[in-house]
Amino acid sequence: MKQAIRMLLLPAALAILQAQSPGAIALRGARVVTVSGPVLEKGTVLLRDSLIEAVGANLELPKDAWVIDAQGLTVYPGLIDALSTVGLPESPRAAPAQPIPAAVSLFGRQEPQMALQQGPEFRPFTTSWVRAADLVNPGDHRIVEARSAGFTSAVSFPATGIFAGEGAFLNLSGEKQGRMIVASPAGQYLTLATHGFGIFPGSLMGVLAYIRQVSLDADHYKLEMQAYETHPAGNQRPNYDRAVEGLLESPRLLLPADNVVQVDRMLRFAAGLKRPAVLYGCHGAYRVADRIAQSSIPVLVNLKWPERSKDADPDEEESYRMLELRDRAPSTPAALRKAGAHFAFYSGATPPREMRKAVKRAIDAGLPEADAVRALTLSAAEIYGVADRTGSIERGKIANLLVTKGDLFDDKTKVEYVFIDGVKYEPAPEMPPAGRVGRSASGGGE
Amino acid sequence: MKIHVFLLALPLAAATTVIQDANVLTITKGSFRGSILIRDGKIVEAGEKVLVPEGARVIDAAGQYVMPGIIDCHSHIAADSINEGGVSVSSMVGIEDVLNPEDPDIYRALAGGVTTANILHGSVNPIGGKCVVLKMRWGKDAQGLLFQGAMPGIKFALGENVKRMGSPGGFGAPGLRYPASRMGVEDVIREAFTEAREYQKRWRDYQVKVERHEQAIPPRRDLKLEPLSEVLEGKRYVHAHCYRADEILMLLRVADEFGFKIRTLQHVLEGYKVAREIAAHGTGASTFSDWWAYKAEAFDAIPYNAAIMVRKGVLVSLNSDSAELMRHLNTEAAKTMKYGGLSETEALSLITINPAKQLGVDQRVGSIEPGKDADLTIFDKHPLSNYAKVEKVFIDGEIYFDREKDLEERPGREIRKKALMDKLKAQEKKSDRLERDTGYQKQPGRPQ
Repeated sequence: MKQAIRMLLLPAALAILQAQSPGAIALRGARVVTVSGPVLEKGTVLLRDSLIEAVGANLELPKDAWVIDAQGLTVYPGLIDALSTVGLPESPRAAPAQPIPAAVSLFGRQEPQMALQQGPEFRPFTTSWVRAADLVNPGDHRIVEARSAGFTSAVSFPATGIFAGEGAFLNLSGEKQGRMIVASPAGQYLTLATHGFGIFPGSLMGVLAYIRQVSLDADHYKLEMQAYETHPAGNQRPNYDRAVEGLLESPRLLLPADNVVQVDRMLRFAAGLKRPAVLYGCHGAYRVADRIAQSSIPVLVNLKWPERSKDADPDEEESYRMLELRDRAPSTPAALRKAGAHFAFYSGATPPREMRKAVKRAIDAGLPEADAVRALTLSAAEIYGVADRTGSIERGKIANLLVTKGDLFDDKTKVEYVFIDGVKYEPAPEMPPAGRVGRSASGGGE
Repeated sequence: MKIHVFLLALPLAAATTVIQDANVLTITKGSFRGSILIRDGKIVEAGEKVLVPEGARVIDAAGQYVMPGIIDCHSHIAADSINEGGVSVSSMVGIEDVLNPEDPDIYRALAGGVTTANILHGSVNPIGGKCVVLKMRWGKDAQGLLFQGAMPGIKFALGENVKRMGSPGGFGAPGLRYPASRMGVEDVIREAFTEAREYQKRWRDYQVKVERHEQAIPPRRDLKLEPLSEVLEGKRYVHAHCYRADEILMLLRVADEFGFKIRTLQHVLEGYKVAREIAAHGTGASTFSDWWAYKAEAFDAIPYNAAIMVRKGVLVSLNSDSAELMRHLNTEAAKTMKYGGLSETEALSLITINPAKQLGVDQRVGSIEPGKDADLTIFDKHPLSNYAKVEKVFIDGEIYFDREKDLEERPGREIRKKALMDKLKAQEKKSDRLERDTGYQKQPGRPQ
């Protein structure tokens, strides 16, 4: 009996819930920058469920559509931060190689620890198997900040260690963890961090050799595992190697390279690894844009343009090279575009609300505005292999949109709202500047 | 005073050049007053009377001295890391991976007349990383610095630097690393080559299986053991840092036992004690002119070391192991005339044809002979003089250093740099002002 009543109540409840959420939403009369197609000066974007159902100049709207009058507004694809840690908890310090238990001598003294030949086989500073998708915290306040600045997606990676882990392409809805994942693993994040003189690897050479060895081990592991699976009986089974598993799962490697010497070095290193790679940082890439284009290695440009450290000794004279890098770094995107290289932007240490200003510097240095928009949207999706489902305003793609009052890179432009998976989010109110109000920053501030 | 680096180094290129009317020190074919004809990067002719082809660029070197570009057999410039001390055997690492073509020390080396340098891994490992031979082609990228065709090398090290990594308080490293004694150094080398032999066998066994069309997967590639296999096969030169006579003999004997040769002993400050044994093994020696007592193992060093080894039939070179000393290897060479009575040619050989032979590039560089690379240094006075300055340096027939031009360009570079500094300062002021006026705080809650 109770069961029957429950059965009756359920569909009724569902019907009430359905009546509250729109079947379809139409943004009408806006300037629509589709990125994958021409700009519509007065267009309409129709969303249904979590997808873009249609986009065009004169769309016939279905009866169940909620119409939002978007006249005077501009609609862009939701912005994508191509390399981030948003949504992930603060990473623990990367694990060094297996620690040797302290030997205690006969006299009860602790002998100094002998780091016995801790070479590459001990997989130092490696957590390649860690998946960002498993760690996503929808309550991370940085998600709100990013969204308020117009970002609907971020590609977030664990960030410490040589093989730091596998990233995930996230929608910044900040609700259900599983729902936020668009694609995982998005790639393997690597750093070239060294960890001190006496610990392997203690030098840049050592890190590079280690990465190379793990890559070779991965190739061999695959062969071994395949051979064993074909003929297990009578054969030694290979050891499970989670570090290698993590590398094999990753569709691409993210390698750091900032100045031109590093970019040149990593282009050759990546080519030698014979795995798909992406370089990140790349402030000095303007000097080798043609080589980057030839290599077909995509590049993620850090929007934190180099600047003189605030703590620097004012009397210290910087080298011409350093000055030149600071001056010319914002021209890197323009140079990359001219050479035909693939690139996208990422936040680096720039707070989300500063990112558009940082992109404006690249535009001032010669990057056409349309390419700047692309580098914040479709290019990032292409680099991560999800351009078939997001990154532009196209029928069938995920309904991630940015709606602004004014041109995206204008100083005075504000984010009106964003759509993520077809759900509308208003920007959080901006924090009042500390000092003016006489109150320390709290709540949403970092 | 800082040397302002010549950033846009477009080396003066002309297909045909004549260095005219100089005092030519060929090193191997005597000295004379004459000219050198260069074409397409090679020395075509060197003699008292050289015809100047039409359209050739003529460099008037009257009163000046031309010698082969100096070759430094032991250097650590142009690299972004030097030592991988975390493991006892670090043969998997290589200097070639971390070259820094923008290191100003390359330019400074040119200003000292150096055209070729052997860039080595550091000396904290019994078996260290792979080395690389570079030409000082300032302005090229990392690939452009490589001395194409030079034999690959690897660094070994014996003695105090190595065993300090195993001693508490040695180099202050957080952990201790084997070995802590000279006995251990020998053991590490023996074990590594034993492993390398086993690695070779695994690959030979695999090849046999392949030839027999048997099912097999190749052995796991081990980047540490591959360079050591190459050493066993004679395909990679060993440059071994060493000081004491006992450890020198140890290394030569271990090498003999495993069937390979040490190409050069580096520093080898007690080489004079075992010069006969060194000559018998066929290894070269690359040493300092007169460094002494900076470590316990350097206590028995004498400035006659180079000369004594030369007289005993060892192929000897002088090296710098220092970005500073690299700039005056000519006067280092001169010291062997005072300490040991070497002749002028013998002294200059220590920094030209001898290191060229040690590095296996003597067919290409090291002396002024037709067919060799046009790597030449022009000094304003005899190179063995304390007062000699480098005027010009050619590599592959192109001018990579020109003292006169460098000095002429300094005011212009100063102006350019100041203009850039002012431009950036103005930009900074503007953005700071914007920040102040709009109350726009970059990072709420964080101190600036």
